[in-house]
Amino acid sequence: MDIKAIRNDFPILKNSDYVYFDNAATSQRPRQVIDAITAFYTETNANPLRGLYAWSVEATDRYEAARERVSRFINAGSPEEIIFTRNASESLNLVAYTYGLAELKEGDEIVLSVMEHHSNILPWQMVAKKTGAKLVYLEPDAEGAFSEEELAKIGPSTKLVAITMTSNVYGVTTPINKIAKLAHANGAVIVVDGAQSTPHQKVDVQSLDADFYAFSGHKLLGPMGIGALYVKKTLLETMPPFLTGGEMIEYVTRESATYAELPHKFEAGTVNAADACGLAAAIDYLETIGFDFIEAQEQKLTTMIYERMKEMEHITLYGPTDPTKRSGIITFNIEGCHPHDVASVLDSEHVCIRAGHHCAQPLMQYMGVGSTARASLYFYNTEEEAERFLSALTKVRGWLGFGS
Amino acid sequence: MDLKTIYREIVNEHNLHPEHKESLVQPTYELQGANPTCGDDITLQLEVGEDGIISRGAFTGSGCAVSQASTDIMLELIEGKTKDEALALVKSFMAMVHGTATEEELEILDEAQALKDVAHMPARAKCATLAWHTLEKMLAE
Repeated sequence: MDIKAIRNDFPILKNSDYVYFDNAATSQRPRQVIDAITAFYTETNANPLRGLYAWSVEATDRYEAARERVSRFINAGSPEEIIFTRNASESLNLVAYTYGLAELKEGDEIVLSVMEHHSNILPWQMVAKKTGAKLVYLEPDAEGAFSEEELAKIGPSTKLVAITMTSNVYGVTTPINKIAKLAHANGAVIVVDGAQSTPHQKVDVQSLDADFYAFSGHKLLGPMGIGALYVKKTLLETMPPFLTGGEMIEYVTRESATYAELPHKFEAGTVNAADACGLAAAIDYLETIGFDFIEAQEQKLTTMIYERMKEMEHITLYGPTDPTKRSGIITFNIEGCHPHDVASVLDSEHVCIRAGHHCAQPLMQYMGVGSTARASLYFYNTEEEAERFLSALTKVRGWLGFGS
Repeated sequence: MDLKTIYREIVNEHNLHPEHKESLVQPTYELQGANPTCGDDITLQLEVGEDGIISRGAFTGSGCAVSQASTDIMLELIEGKTKDEALALVKSFMAMVHGTATEEELEILDEAQALKDVAHMPARAKCATLAWHTLEKMLAE
């Protein structure tokens, strides 16, 4: 596939000399996604699920078609198992506030990993505080893998396992299938944070045997402000609603209400239909490119960058030593240089990277670093961009007064 | 001034060879300040005599070059000043960051004026102001 042709689809990349290596924070959007959002507003804008006229009916159809598209994308059992949210954080909060608060009690254990993004830690801290359940952390090795000993922390007291499929710091993919088996054997459910995995690999929630799977649209070419939560139907049927209000009800009297059918019960208020259409267009685009190509391109560039950085002086690399296991993520530090200064130097060379704790402070503490710099790639990045990034790296220490 | 010049002319010297990076045995004031999102984390210490004059300022902790240099420059500036004079310097520095400082305010900032262009960069303003915010809080208590 021709990278140049791909880049032509992305207005922001086409006419810019910026090297965008912060894809783990958010991706760029192709024209097809921007067009799908515009099409909704210019062709059929009306409040979905309510109206009795053509525009509203069409708005509803497009919104539900987007749900069906998401459902096929991750191979859910049916579209009813897909709830639209704002992002993965909201999806995880939804699980915590509904299933978590309803099902957990004092003495139960919630197992999560030290590699989690704050979005998959804070909701469980809240559940633990309110229910008296206990948090148990799995600790990975330096490459992000869990030993059998660590996994054995999932036991008879475990009621819920919350784990990332791909770490946003190490880039390593966790063996969800194996962890799901362990959780289910102990009568627990598994909540998977798919924010970082869904953009980079084919996900099949049924073969993973995930009970809950959360992801954001904006990291996989979709708009900001739309995300999804997959919930196994048997669980969804017993869960209390999250937010209450408009269009999630069946009957309302002054004192009580009965709720709408699934999944509308979990989508209170006017929905984000235009961005759902954008997300569907993003999924179409990704599947046209194909995950085989996406993985191959990311692995090629990640390997090239990783091998070259390994040879450079004063650089510490974190995470897997096998660059094909990094999902396009390279987390590093330069000796004597704070990551923020590194990012500033790179910015002056028009290279965009992330610096800080990456919303993973427990992992930073575990790694024994205050913060790190992170370059994260996507399939539209090029070798030429990789060269510019590597060349900018060599300037950092000189800029900051070392060796000159 | 572009960022590279700022680093070369002012930040690097104070970051690599800070004059005030030490721990005082019996500080009159001590306060920790942090930018949780970046990981900048400093502890300021001051010795203030009975005459109300800041005789010594010191800091420990870690952070980016801009936050470390800004802290060192600030401590250099406030030694020998009264608490009120130090607070006036904080006010001037904040005015500089917001682009509203008068000529007089800029003048009393002396070397710290060099941070003007860093302070205007939205991504780095927090690094430059950390020490100053911490000082203000410490003296207000």
